[in-house]
Amino acid sequence: MDTSGWIFLLGSVVSVTALTFFCFSRVFSLPPSEEEDLHGPLDIETGEED
Amino acid sequence: MNSSNMERFATRTGVILVVSGSAVGLGNFLRFPGLAAKYGGGLFMIPYFISMLLIGITVCWCEWTLGRYGGERGYNSSPGIFRAVSGRRGGQYFGIVALLIPIIIYMYYVYIESWCLGYAWYYLCGVFNSGPFATGEAVDYKNFFANHVGMGENGSVLADGLNATVVCLLIAFAINFYLIYRGLSKGIETFCKIAMPALIFAAILVLIRVLTLGTPNPELPEQNVSNGLGFMWNLKLPEGVTFWSWDNPLTDPEMWLEAAGQVFFSLSVGFGIVLTYSSYLRRKDDVVLSGLSASSTNVFCEVCLGGLITVPAAFIFLGPERVTEVAGSSIGLGFFTLPDVFERMQFGPLVGFVWFFLLFLAAVTSSISMLQPAIAFLEEGFNLGRRASVSILGLITVFGAFLVVYFSKDLIALDTMDFWVGTFLIFILGLIMVILFGWVIGIEKGMNEAHRGAHLRIPKVFNVIIKYVCPLYLVVIFILFIWKKIYVGYAEEGSYVYNLLNHPDVHITVGFVAILAVFLGLMIYLAGKRWDQLRPIKEGEEI
Repeated sequence: MDTSGWIFLLGSVVSVTALTFFCFSRVFSLPPSEEEDLHGPLDIETGEED
Repeated sequence: MNSSNMERFATRTGVILVVSGSAVGLGNFLRFPGLAAKYGGGLFMIPYFISMLLIGITVCWCEWTLGRYGGERGYNSSPGIFRAVSGRRGGQYFGIVALLIPIIIYMYYVYIESWCLGYAWYYLCGVFNSGPFATGEAVDYKNFFANHVGMGENGSVLADGLNATVVCLLIAFAINFYLIYRGLSKGIETFCKIAMPALIFAAILVLIRVLTLGTPNPELPEQNVSNGLGFMWNLKLPEGVTFWSWDNPLTDPEMWLEAAGQVFFSLSVGFGIVLTYSSYLRRKDDVVLSGLSASSTNVFCEVCLGGLITVPAAFIFLGPERVTEVAGSSIGLGFFTLPDVFERMQFGPLVGFVWFFLLFLAAVTSSISMLQPAIAFLEEGFNLGRRASVSILGLITVFGAFLVVYFSKDLIALDTMDFWVGTFLIFILGLIMVILFGWVIGIEKGMNEAHRGAHLRIPKVFNVIIKYVCPLYLVVIFILFIWKKIYVGYAEEGSYVYNLLNHPDVHITVGFVAILAVFLGLMIYLAGKRWDQLRPIKEGEEI
């Protein structure tokens, strides 16, 4: 394997792994969705129309 | 309220695993590494990542948002969702494409799934490492595969009655329909919560085995792990060509076409599946982070697992010539080459079993998702119960799968469906969804809709990407696709258009697809009549 191979391999694997870990760390740090539905500030009826 | 309206995902992680399960499949472990090896290794990653950013993630966010939008308005099926999004009765007929794609793909995908199950079973019960296979002589795996799937003659698989191929297909069908019958949360979500971690664990086990192979044959020292990885990842340019010269392979439209096709097929965007799944979300459930998480899980399986296993393993044991022969052919790489690799590997039968079982799990998590859009339509369009919907869809898919199994000479029916539906129509549906999001709903309203309840902001630059860049990119790719795959060489014997005009088996296959499309159109018309009474819409009302 030459230098270009290492660059593409490590660049791809590290960036994809980092993105996946970032996403799942955000997902697991969130409260359960039921709890959000009950207590989340977005549940206040604003009268906005979609 | 009918049953489909009451269905919900139990957890946020569940919905991400279900959608990533529908995306992670055979394309990640077989198609992607084969394409990368074919198109210059690391060089292929450039169009791949650009396509992933410009169309993969973009269409994914559009599909998630449109689905939840339709779900809020009481629709879980793609015809209903398109009707709600477009605000017009005519919009529901886009649903023909969105229903046809997953149903037709299921008909051949379940057959490939059953091959994975069959091969896992062969390894488990010693077919590949006992009897004639234990003599140490070279085994003709190509011939073995051809007999297994009946490539020699139409109907040969069915001629022997209940042989291994048919039994595996029946088992695969039964598993799929049992899970879909159990419902969204108890069936699909529960299965994906177990199967997704299990298949990633199995893939990591196989990866560790491949990366610790060293130099298995001291007589061929150049066939080692480092060179195997190099064959897959090195930037391979033709002699005398530099990265910055005009004749760089990056200027080859076919590579961009293949990269875009891989992104679509792999992420399962443009299939109509995510549209249905996201319609089961609650009004303020996140779609941005969930969509990105599901996509990144799929890319992780593709790049970090598939990209490090298949091609390097084949290179180490079989050398560069054999890998080059099958690069670009998922079936060749998966069912001829890898069994040969496992035969020469220490603990090969065990690794072979784990590998094909993980492929089977990956395929099941995808195929069950292909059934859900049609189930949702039957339930909400005709107020049918789960049992009736599953039975009707079962009859349709059994008939279609029978055609695929019967017209097995050179896998003509499978190949025809894969090209005209699994590739051609996907581009069209992807384009429809991006235009609906960026132009019909409008980019500002669309982004506001996407950001409701979102735990992540979509960068502003995606306003321009969704509205202009992505549709333009898709149109250019689609024109290239028609030019390369349909116009050029259309009269050449064996080409898709030539077969469409001249091959009787292709006539039957395409005729079946056309009849199913008309049938779905009629069903959507009838369902629309019912929706007119239940949820009337004003023509052209603002969304």
